[in-house]
Amino acid sequence: MDFDLMVTSFPKLLGATVVTLKLLSASLFFGLFLGLFFAILRLNKNIFINRFAYGYSYVFRGTPLLVQIFIIYFGLGQIEYLRTTFLWVILKEPYWCAIIAFTLNTGAYTSEILRSAFQTIKPGIIEAGKSLGISNKIIFYKIQIPIAIRQSLPAYGNEIILMMKGTSLASTVTLMDLTGVAKYIISTTFKPIEVFIVAGGIYLFMTFIIHNVIKYLEKKYSFQ
Amino acid sequence: MVFFFALIFTPLKLSKYKTLNLVGNFYTTVIRGVPELLVIYLFFFGGSGAIMYVASIFGYYEYIEINAFITGSMAIGIISGAYSTEVFRGAIQSIDKGQFEAAKVLGINKFGQFYKIILPQMLRLAIPNLSNVWQITLKDTSLISVTGLVEIMRQSYIAAGSTRDPLFFYSFAAVLYLMLTYVSMKLINKLEVRYSKGY
Repeated sequence: MDFDLMVTSFPKLLGATVVTLKLLSASLFFGLFLGLFFAILRLNKNIFINRFAYGYSYVFRGTPLLVQIFIIYFGLGQIEYLRTTFLWVILKEPYWCAIIAFTLNTGAYTSEILRSAFQTIKPGIIEAGKSLGISNKIIFYKIQIPIAIRQSLPAYGNEIILMMKGTSLASTVTLMDLTGVAKYIISTTFKPIEVFIVAGGIYLFMTFIIHNVIKYLEKKYSFQ
Repeated sequence: MVFFFALIFTPLKLSKYKTLNLVGNFYTTVIRGVPELLVIYLFFFGGSGAIMYVASIFGYYEYIEINAFITGSMAIGIISGAYSTEVFRGAIQSIDKGQFEAAKVLGINKFGQFYKIILPQMLRLAIPNLSNVWQITLKDTSLISVTGLVEIMRQSYIAAGSTRDPLFFYSFAAVLYLMLTYVSMKLINKLEVRYSKGY
């Protein structure tokens, strides 16, 4: 055990944690909206819109995140046309590519979580709203969405933790996030166990915090 | 590999003894809280070192290199073992207490109880969740490509590099993964039907 290495690598890894957290929060923020959008599409009665949303979530949930990042980072740059548009400014940065890939991925999972939450809402609640003369739009925004959010909290908490671990893949497209820096230190010092303990500890700590925040929210918004 | 780890650690988590319980909890918490990629790096960079250390205790000082396939499957096995442990624990705990008691009354020993009575019932309950774990594991295998083992992802990485056509090859890899998940989903559905016979 090389405790000196653990102590010296700790600040470096903490610095990299900021990158991880940035990636996580950005992709979760955009992913939530994307997920909500596709969940609503999934509930649409039009078969084409429905199929489209299903296809989206099927493809992104059925392929590894690594493949998605590689397609976006290495693959899209290949299309000549894209290089001429303003999109290229975004797509040549690994940081934005990672965020796009994470957003699309978490959006797919979130849409499934929200869809099942919407479907578990008892029809009686919607009917009650209708009989009180509340308009469809308000029923959706004031009744269905809050209930769906409460229902999906436990599953969404899992998704946040999975996504946090997913951000480690950003290190494969040259981003120096927590895993990227950990790998760099491992390959320069050849002391994997020490670095693993420190980096793993940071990840565990983040998981712990997310877990408890979700638990608190669940309690706060429970129906009892 | 997965079943191996899960079957070792599930009894630990259910064990009455505090220490064993702690070991089981520690394993599932750490592995499920740490990114897969980090675990793979640990095995890839640390694996041969650890084995050489063990070998040096027995007086063998030559350099030992372990095959990337073995380290890869070890890492993936340990990761999804942690997830399956949780699945099995949930399944066993949801089995009616009466089943255990009935088995005891009939004078079946502990071993027989577990393998002949609890396990078959548990499998039925665990299959839907196990299929999730299976899908996750299938996708996790793509991470092994970082260690240089030639699987779908690595192969398409090489092909993309040499032909400068990454879009096609990565999309092709994506389609392959989709097919794999589709086929395994169908198979698992069949299995589920088979194991829920009589329910």
